[in-house]
Amino acid sequence: MLNDVKTDTPRYTVADRAPRSFRALCLRWETLLALLLLATVFVNSTLSPFFLDPYNLADSTFNFSEKALLALGLTLIICAGEIDISVAAIMALASVCMGLLSLAGFGTPVLVLAGLAVGLACGALNGFIVTGFGVPSVVVTIGTLSLFRGLTNVILGDGAITQYPAGFGELGQGYVFGIIPIEFIVFLVLAAAFAFGLHRTRFGRNLYAIGNNAIAARYAGIPVQRYRMALFMLSGLMAGLAAVLLTSRVGSTRPNIASGWELEAITMVVLGGVSINGGSGSVGGVVLAILLLGMVTFGMSLLNVPGIIMTIFTGLLLIGAIAAPILIARVSGQRRRV
Amino acid sequence: MMAATVIPHSPVPVREPILELEGIEKSFPGVRALADARLSIAPGEVVALVGENGAGKSTIVKILTGIYQPDAGSLRIDDQPVHLESTQDAWKQGIAAIHQETVAFDELSVAENIFLGHHPRRDGPWWRGGGLVDWAAMRSRARELLAQLEADIDPDTPLKALSVAQKHIVEIAKALSHEARILIMDEPTASLSQREIHDLYRIVAGLKRAGTGILFISHKFDEIFDLCDRYVVMRDGHYVSEGWIADVDSDQLVSMMVGRTLTQVFPRVDTVPGEEVLRVERLGNPTEFDDVSFALRRGEILGFYGLVGAGRSEVMKALFGITRPTRGKVLINGREVQIANPEQAAANRLVYVPEDRQVAGAVLGMSIKDNLTLPSLARLFPNGILDDAKERALTREYGLRLVVKAASWDQLLSELSGGNQQKVVIGKWLATRPDIIILDEPTKGIDIGSKAAVHAFMSELVQQGLAVILVSSELPEVMGMSDRILVMHEGRVRAEFDRSTMSAEAIVTAASGSH
Amino acid sequence: MSLNRFLKQRETLLALILVAISAGVAWRAPTFIGLANLHEIATDSAILIVMALAQSLVIMTRGIDLSVAANVALSGMAAAQLSMHAPWLPIPLVLLFATLVGLALGLVNGVLVAWVRIPSIVATLGTMSLFRGLTFLAADGKWVAQHEMSAAFLAFPRLDVLGLSLLAWIGVLGIVVAVVFTRHVALGRELRALGGNPSAAKYVGIRETTLQLFVFAVAGAVAGLCGYLWVARYAIAYDGVALGFELQVIAACVIGGVSIAGGVGSVTGTVLGALFLVLIYNALPVVGISPFWQTAIVGAAILSAVILNARGDRTDGLRLILRRHPAH
Repeated sequence: MLNDVKTDTPRYTVADRAPRSFRALCLRWETLLALLLLATVFVNSTLSPFFLDPYNLADSTFNFSEKALLALGLTLIICAGEIDISVAAIMALASVCMGLLSLAGFGTPVLVLAGLAVGLACGALNGFIVTGFGVPSVVVTIGTLSLFRGLTNVILGDGAITQYPAGFGELGQGYVFGIIPIEFIVFLVLAAAFAFGLHRTRFGRNLYAIGNNAIAARYAGIPVQRYRMALFMLSGLMAGLAAVLLTSRVGSTRPNIASGWELEAITMVVLGGVSINGGSGSVGGVVLAILLLGMVTFGMSLLNVPGIIMTIFTGLLLIGAIAAPILIARVSGQRRRV
Repeated sequence: MMAATVIPHSPVPVREPILELEGIEKSFPGVRALADARLSIAPGEVVALVGENGAGKSTIVKILTGIYQPDAGSLRIDDQPVHLESTQDAWKQGIAAIHQETVAFDELSVAENIFLGHHPRRDGPWWRGGGLVDWAAMRSRARELLAQLEADIDPDTPLKALSVAQKHIVEIAKALSHEARILIMDEPTASLSQREIHDLYRIVAGLKRAGTGILFISHKFDEIFDLCDRYVVMRDGHYVSEGWIADVDSDQLVSMMVGRTLTQVFPRVDTVPGEEVLRVERLGNPTEFDDVSFALRRGEILGFYGLVGAGRSEVMKALFGITRPTRGKVLINGREVQIANPEQAAANRLVYVPEDRQVAGAVLGMSIKDNLTLPSLARLFPNGILDDAKERALTREYGLRLVVKAASWDQLLSELSGGNQQKVVIGKWLATRPDIIILDEPTKGIDIGSKAAVHAFMSELVQQGLAVILVSSELPEVMGMSDRILVMHEGRVRAEFDRSTMSAEAIVTAASGSH
Repeated sequence: MSLNRFLKQRETLLALILVAISAGVAWRAPTFIGLANLHEIATDSAILIVMALAQSLVIMTRGIDLSVAANVALSGMAAAQLSMHAPWLPIPLVLLFATLVGLALGLVNGVLVAWVRIPSIVATLGTMSLFRGLTFLAADGKWVAQHEMSAAFLAFPRLDVLGLSLLAWIGVLGIVVAVVFTRHVALGRELRALGGNPSAAKYVGIRETTLQLFVFAVAGAVAGLCGYLWVARYAIAYDGVALGFELQVIAACVIGGVSIAGGVGSVTGTVLGALFLVLIYNALPVVGISPFWQTAIVGAAILSAVILNARGDRTDGLRLILRRHPAH
């Protein structure tokens, strides 16, 4: 129809922002998570009188703070369309290195630095292989997982290192103001920093662009490979930090340290609304998911429910959380043929 | 409809048609690809389906091959209504296609690529291997088909070891393997050399004699005039006209495609070119292009015409720092520059709007605002911390300038039509305030309204003193918009035309390399 | 020029490494290549081989199944429970039951991936937790130990048939079926095509949904079968059975040259990859290297394989051949 062809197209009014509808707010992933969190707190507090005890509640954060640090690093990695399955193995290797230095007589500052350095170096190796050879990060980090975990096994054998300097335990076991664990404070501060970095800086925006479409990002002048390298190093560093805190808290390094944590951390991230395909998600959602899982675990432990039931719950939550919106959209949305 | 005036006549095909399409409609979210498509093909005739990008040709191909199902209209074969729910259905009805995008499986052998989806099976009971893939039959039939095409390709070679042109031959063999009564050729010669094109001509002649009906889609007018008996013109999803090829010339065909004469469609305001901003001297790389030299001035649109694979986009990617040229010099404002990546190109105020919008141009999962500001973030926020107000100001400025149609600037790019996506992609580069903008197939696959808007906008840009390079495979577009046209063929610049010397015929001849 | 030859080279390379390792170990301990030990290796590797072959189909279609080891645990537990409550059941029926349980679990994955369209890594991460948890629930948190299983149940995988254990025969059968399927069945060919170029697959009428459902069903059924074999061989069923085994399965595929980007992989490669892992496990104690090196060596092997697999065709455009002398 030629009458559609006009060069002087009528002026459209384009709203500055998406209209803020109550419905859209309700349907936001973060809102759903927050409601679930509230519901969990409510149910738990009715089922157990000990749940809302401030000391219990504060102590319950010990159970997830280290994993939460892994999840923060993974949030950025997954947003950028990559994945790092080796984080728990990095923790093990970092912990064992700290153990060796401790046996050699070094003090807490050296141990902390070593833990962080090992994490950073492991992350750098991941980043180097992914960017240098153009290999999918899934396989690379499955490989480095085996490598790091294997080196840990080689060093430890079936023994354990339990000898750590006196003050070292303070990091993982200590409290601020006598009630809030230092670990949890570290997590909160870093979560705020990550949220700022992802949502308020050029770095974060570019990272979203890479996760959405790495080729278009490159055409837009973003140094994609340098970003990827940085992200793997950051993820490694977070694993190193988690290793420092965990080792300090439990005061020992055993071969199965942090075993399977990578999957729990990935679950936190995905449940937090970060798309496994990259390009979308928020730190806020991940923090909510971490708290949700933490509160559910805590409530179940108060009720003496075995931890494995928690595993079932986690699995169902993960699948349900992703499947539900897809299925709802498919049922309610008009049928589109491809 | 205005174009009705240019229809010469509607001839009746000599024989009863095998295939008839009538009133076919097809919509996608946000786009109406086909509003009223009509087409018929008789045995032994070659029908040219012509139209600009976005006219709906590819949608028709996908409907005929069972990949899309029409929303309305009738598809009749031998006068019987049929529904094609899958590619296999289409094959059963005797329709096969050589697709525009090569349907290639690199890891599989040539023979298997030909027979994928309809592997020959062994006879006999299953315990003696019945029903399994009959490799021997597959190889020998593949060898026959390739011999028929006079192609020297071993059926056992993995496809990835072949050249682009050889892959195309395999694609043709694949279509022939169906012994189709209707063969669709969608840009079949896009990546073929002159000799291979002549082979194709021979194949088409053979098929015609055997009574196959052929639907031929091509941008190359010389082929349409050489090969086709009839034409059907489409524009913006509508049937426009049809007739005998013998009764028209290329200028008439072009005006039917665009609906008006060129000067009406492309209202180029004459500009006086200013000083030279870009000079390229003997640019080359080992495999894609060589000895490319040209100069570009402010207020000028320089068109690059050529066939797919002529090396135009490759030159532009080298200028933009996506690839590195190995020879030659690039001077911007008289100063020699080394551009190693897109950041440096943008710093030199040279930007590139890539051909493949979905892959390289747009970040579909991000909002209009985030797309528009993406390459400008470094300039706007040198300390790395974003400021929403500043971002929105920039978005408003360029969004309105390009007349992007959307509900809000927060709308995801994936929710916009192709045309509006393209406006955003152009806008995001303009927001970096370039001196030189390279537009690679800027109107590919977008609706006619957006297309007009993009063309109008290009005129506006040169009036404001920008220098524009337009890479296009659309002859009407490149002729209507450019001040000068460089024609590339096989990696080299073969001819240059200005407004006084350009003619469709001369450009097409130069592009095919036949002199 | 011939990439085909290159591909073959990778498999021959792997085979040569296997021979070299065997020879090296045999030099220190000649019994290593004795019939008894080779038989032991064949028996040890059967489960890994068949599961890796099934996984390679999943990976070939650009998916991944992380839940297979949890499936082994759950199906194995189901088989153990069945045998505990009905010791008179003929073993083939128990085997069938375990396979069907595995198939059902695999179909859950298949539906989630193919129909709901959840990325396979997430879907199977979720079902992995789910299956492990259900294994615990199925036995009420208890272990099913050797004395609770019938003698026939325990003896079946070790039955000697024509000089080979039944377990080893299952490995052989798995290889034969895989070769026939991937080489001579149209569906197997289409799988490879789908993984190689999913967007082009629809142009030749390949149905992605059906094929995805199929590969996850196969991976599940095979894991179910292996569930019984595992429990019977190691005479224990609990929720920690085959913990982390999914990584070994994937490792076997990757070492064998199956590309995580889809479309590439061979039965030979996968089998060699699995054999490589088993050989390492068996060889280390023989040559006096601490078995704790095992995981690290596997990791190094995965990384080397992955780097070898990374082919340099990332710049498609550069493959365009420029003709210097145009025709006439």
